[in-house]
Order: sequence, then structure tokens, then C-alpha cells
Amino acid sequence: MTNHTTRTYDAVSVGDKLPPLVIPITASLIVGGAIATRDYTPVHHDKAAAQAGGLPDIFMNILTSTALMGRFVTDWAGPDCTLKSSSIKLGAPNLPGFVMTITGEVKAMDAADGSVEVVVEGENDVWGTHMQGTVRVALPREA
Amino acid sequence: MTPEAKKDFEDRIQTYVGREISARKRGLDDVNKVMVRQWCEVMGDNNPVYTDEEFAARSSKGGLIAPPTMLQVWGMEGYSMANEPKEDLQRELHKIFDAQGYSGVLGTNCDLEFKRDLRPGDQVYAREVIESISEQKATSRGLGYFIETRTVFTDQSGEEVGNMKFRVLKFVPDQATQDAAAGAGESEKVAAPTRIHSPRGHDNAWWWEAVDQGKVLIQRCKSCQTLRHPPRPMCGECQSMEWDSIESALQGTVFSFTQIHYPKVPGYQYPLVCAVISLNEGTRLVANVVGCDPEDVTIGMPVKGVVEQVDEATMLPQFYPAG
Repeated sequence: MTNHTTRTYDAVSVGDKLPPLVIPITASLIVGGAIATRDYTPVHHDKAAAQAGGLPDIFMNILTSTALMGRFVTDWAGPDCTLKSSSIKLGAPNLPGFVMTITGEVKAMDAADGSVEVVVEGENDVWGTHMQGTVRVALPREA
Repeated sequence: MTPEAKKDFEDRIQTYVGREISARKRGLDDVNKVMVRQWCEVMGDNNPVYTDEEFAARSSKGGLIAPPTMLQVWGMEGYSMANEPKEDLQRELHKIFDAQGYSGVLGTNCDLEFKRDLRPGDQVYAREVIESISEQKATSRGLGYFIETRTVFTDQSGEEVGNMKFRVLKFVPDQATQDAAAGAGESEKVAAPTRIHSPRGHDNAWWWEAVDQGKVLIQRCKSCQTLRHPPRPMCGECQSMEWDSIESALQGTVFSFTQIHYPKVPGYQYPLVCAVISLNEGTRLVANVVGCDPEDVTIGMPVKGVVEQVDEATMLPQFYPAG
């Protein structure tokens, strides 16, 4: 579902929770995400290469995780927002068959530049925390 | 590796810190609608300012922009990464790690800062520098080193459009994990794991075997009767190597505790309180406090332990609030 209206800075408060986003992890998403980000590192599309690295299957690349984290916040903020920064730390890998639930909460706001800081966590249902990070996004003021 | 060999290796890798992987180099792809649309398709990102020209023109953006998190994509090497990665300084450094057995590589952190939105037609240039290499670290993937690079992205007029700190772990893949991974069946779904197995050696296997039988034992010196835990071969009081054991009644108090939040380790149930328990017998034991809200755990709280099966493969003493 696409949100075509943009949240204003004044409509947001510290402590606001973002609607959770549930993403089934499939081999198609992992490979598709790797190729869409032009990341041809074999562990993201070649199961034998992933196993040689000690994992049972291919796993999601960091550029896809970053993309999903950004999307999670901009879906909530709306199309007129401006992404200022994103910071991601990866934990347990995302493998085919897992389901990742992304949650987020507004942790800080800066009235000077109209930006809000959202702390994001993506947890998969098998191995736990996949990613933790912060996305800073600038929102328009009330018209 | 001998300490000398390790020092040589670390001295050698540290010579790469501060060096430029690439001077200002233009990305293989200028910002373009095609790659943006395909990226949005896979990521499920329906933000209309990326793909809907009419909407974007009417929006505050005044026209299409690229998803900011695609910043790194414009300069990616592409298909050769799968076969013959190009020879650059980074590759040269990775080969030095590979030669010492640190053949695994994993992206662990990516910090991006965006200075302006990119638009179709923009050129993206990247200058990448090796910023730091950590000390050797023991990680859940194996022994390794973190390599951090910093990239500054500029446009056709030389203005900075954003920058990135990227950290990878170069690690020694664990042979057992590798073997287990290779044995994973074709269609078998990866199962939720059990807790990390207790390390059982010559001096402590007997203690864990008693736990498996539902008992917590405390080692006792045969010559001076001093109790000790964790198990070890020699009495710290009288240096006797003769010992037997008594069974703990598992009553005591919380000496100290912490709540583990991040990272959530697979196989463990959260909330997870890890405590040092002072047993009434006089020794201390590390165990989980369960059966109450973590907020209610306090230092000095009386607790009562029970040896329980916590998952398919694991017996552990767990402590509950007493009384």
C-alpha cells in the first residue's frame, strides 16, 4: 500500500511507533535484491558458495537490508520526505523461508532542520535480530 | 599462527590503512530510471517520486528522484564480482587475509549520509579510502578483523552528494559450521536452533553431566574442604588436586545481573536475564533468572533454582524468585 500523503513534522512526536512491515524472505527476494543492487557476490545467489562460507543457504545482502529499512521509513513518512541518513548494523542473516518483521519508533526530533530520527529493528522468526539501525528523515512543516 | 607471525600479519595489513582504493571514479551507471524502477520492483517500494513522472513533477521534488539508499549501487562492479573480481587495493588486502585463512567476508555495517537527492542523468563519482582495520575479534561467525572503508560520492560538478562508511568482517569460516551447512538438505527448512552447547572438557564435563541428570554439584577440596566453582583441577587455598563434590540445594540470592537485549542470540528466549547467583553453600553461579518480570529483579533478591530442560538439547539450572 502506498501512502501518497506526507506526514508533517508537527504531526509527529517522539515515541510514535511505525506500522510494522512483515517481509517473507524468499530465494527470489534475496537474488532479486542482490541483482537490483548490482551485488554479484556469490553468497547472495549461489547456495554452494554460501555453504562454503558456513551458512546453510544464500542470504540477503546488506544493500537490500538497507533498501528495506529506508523503504520502511519512507512508506510511513510519505513521498515529500527527504532521507538524510541511514545507519545499519547487521546481526543474524536472512535466509529463504524466514519471515522478517520490521518495527520502528521515533527516537528524536530536530526542530532546526525538521528532521526526525527513527530507530529501526528487523527481526527474523528463526535467528532473531537481522538488523538494527537509525534512519533520519526530514519532513515538511504544516502548510 | 605464532605471535610473531600474527604481529607480522597485523603490521602488514595496517599498512593499508589510509590508502585510497579508488581515486574519484565515475560509476558504471549514471542515475537512470530503468535501474530505479527495477530496484523499486524488488524492494516493494512504491514511493511515486521514484517512478511516477507526473506525480513527481507535481510533488515538492519537482521531478523524479532516485531512492537515496541506492547511492552505492551506481558504482557497483557488477557481474565480474561473481567470477573474477577486479584487482584493486581492496582485493589485494582481502587476498592477504585469504592467505591466512580469513577467507570469509560479510558486510556488517553501512552508514550512509545523503547531501541531496539524485535525479536521472546525474553522474556519481566515488572516492574510496581504507579508513581502519580493527584488532582481531572473536565473532559469532569466527575469528576475524573488521575493515572499514569510507567513500565520498560526488556529482558531475564535483559537489558531494553523499558519503558512506562500510564495514566488512574478514573471518575464518568455522569448519564444523561449514560441514553442517553443506549437509543441509535441499528442501529442508532451517530449524530454530537450540542454545549454545556447554563446552565440556576434561575438568568440567562431570559438572555438566550432573546438570543433565538434574543436579547442580559444587566441587569440594578433599584436603581442606573448601568449595569452588566453576570446576577446576586445583584448590586455590591448599593446592590439593584431590576433590569430591556436594549437591547444591539451589537456594541463594542475586549477587548481580544484567538483561541481554541485543543482539538476540538464536535459540534463547527473551526477555533474558543473566545473573550471578550467590548460593547459600557459598559459591557463585551464572544462570538465568526466570519466572518474573525483568523489572522486578533486584540485587539481593532471594531465589530458588530448578534444573530444567530449556530446549530440545539443553538442561540448565534456572532461578525463580523465592517465597
